[in-house]
Amino acid sequence: MVENRPWANFFAHLTLMIGVAVVVFPVYVALVASTQAPGDLLRGTLPMLPGAHGIENFTRMWQSGVSNAGAPPAGMMLWNSFVMAMAITIGKLSISLLSAFAIVYFRFRFRMFFFWLIFITLMLPVEVRIIPTFQVVADLNMLNSFAGLSIPLIASATATFLFRQFFMTIPEEMLEAARVDGAGPLKFFKDILMPLSVTNIAALFVIMFIYGWNQYLWPLLITTDPDYYTIVMGIQRMTSEENPQWHLIMAAVVMAALPPVLVILFMQRLFVKGLTETEK
Amino acid sequence: MQTKRMTFPGRFLPYALLAPQVIVTLIFFIWPAGQALYQSLLREDAFGLRTTFVGLENFARLFRDGAYLNSLSVTVVFAVGTTLLSMSVALLLASTVNRMIRSRSTYTTLLVWPYAIAPAIAGVLWWFIFNPSIGIVPYILDMVGYQWNHRTSGADAMMLVIFAAAWKQISYNFLFFLAGLQSIPQSLIEAAAIDGASPMKRFWTIVFPLLTPTTFFLMVVNVVYAMFDTFGIIHATTQGGPAQATNTLVYKVYADGFVGLNLGSSAAQSVILMAIVVALTVVQFRFIERRVNY
Repeated sequence: MVENRPWANFFAHLTLMIGVAVVVFPVYVALVASTQAPGDLLRGTLPMLPGAHGIENFTRMWQSGVSNAGAPPAGMMLWNSFVMAMAITIGKLSISLLSAFAIVYFRFRFRMFFFWLIFITLMLPVEVRIIPTFQVVADLNMLNSFAGLSIPLIASATATFLFRQFFMTIPEEMLEAARVDGAGPLKFFKDILMPLSVTNIAALFVIMFIYGWNQYLWPLLITTDPDYYTIVMGIQRMTSEENPQWHLIMAAVVMAALPPVLVILFMQRLFVKGLTETEK
Repeated sequence: MQTKRMTFPGRFLPYALLAPQVIVTLIFFIWPAGQALYQSLLREDAFGLRTTFVGLENFARLFRDGAYLNSLSVTVVFAVGTTLLSMSVALLLASTVNRMIRSRSTYTTLLVWPYAIAPAIAGVLWWFIFNPSIGIVPYILDMVGYQWNHRTSGADAMMLVIFAAAWKQISYNFLFFLAGLQSIPQSLIEAAAIDGASPMKRFWTIVFPLLTPTTFFLMVVNVVYAMFDTFGIIHATTQGGPAQATNTLVYKVYADGFVGLNLGSSAAQSVILMAIVVALTVVQFRFIERRVNY
């Protein structure tokens, strides 16, 4: 602050509190709605204070789900989301660490060709080429499987790009010293490169996990078997029936939002680092 | 492209290291993208029995088609609305947080978490809040005499999806604006204050011009977000309706291909979208390269 003005400070806090309130509002409404009894939401307007049926609604959703929508219990959908998000995260991180290592630390034929082949995927989201991708996955018999849910989404170069940038900043002396000591490429990768990249890996882990957890269109298309429903797409199926059971849907919404929000709140520093380095 | 001065010798190892990513990219990226290009040149008859090569006719048809042109203008309105709303709110919040010393990190934490919420979930949340029969906002609007109904009014539906999309993007823009603000030297602002410039004047003549690189970067990112990542919001709420009022380009690719089974047209739309993303990516990259030299 340049000068101290009590009034300006007061208005600054006021602006921020209104801002925070607007940002929090939809989730507060969801929390309130998830604690109401079945009929309460159909009687005109939503109450502004929590009701007494929260535990009941959450337990019911967790264990049995909205059965007439054919949706499985939320507990199972959360597990499916978790498996899918982890598979995408670990898959992306491992293939991109390896390929970034190859591109930065080796000189070989067609290196530029491979580089561009990978980097052309940098920004094209799966939504754009959705139908042909669906056909490929169907041809490979990967519908209704965790492999089908995760592997096609691994094909993106963001992580490779980030690791390449990071490896370029590692001093040449590291490699020279390793080679003088007689370390081979794999030993160098395991004992020097990996430990140096721990922060970057963790930062990307946060972002990739959220990306995987929040996938919507892809699981919606390739899973017709409720055993593979993820929570985010499962919620859409519940809202699209004749009389949506809002108190249960909102309980599911809270459960679907909680894991990624917790990841962000606990890993905030790494998340910000990962975000700014991916984009800049 | 730069390389390390010193590298490892290796004849097969680099290919083995690259293999997983190259294979996944070829199967799930290059092959489908090629399929889209190829299908965009074909036309299937109504029964799906015969396909004929029609050249660029699918593209020509699209640009004569009122529904496609409508979808184009819907996308422009949606992208501009979302970008303006989320960026202006984020800039206001970021410049206010930046004044704070002790409470800065608390406010930041309170504002960043919507990034973690899935677009589809954001859509469901706002859809519920604006639900014409039980939602809280239509109830309040009704008291001031406005009948909200996004099931029948295209304008209401558009506002609903813009709110949901902008809400989710505020946290992202906020973080980048805050980072941009913190990189502005404090001495510049102090000097202007000593010269008697008011806080508003300092903001518009010093801070905002120095933020233009961040603003431009965020504009491109937000347009990309609004165009491609908001499929979930639209599918979970309005499904393109009412009467095509929220049928954006990405949603139309899905609707025409999966629901309408018009593969040739859907593929041609995919190709156009890919061209748009590539163009936006090039803009972004050129900008990032320039930015490095600042």
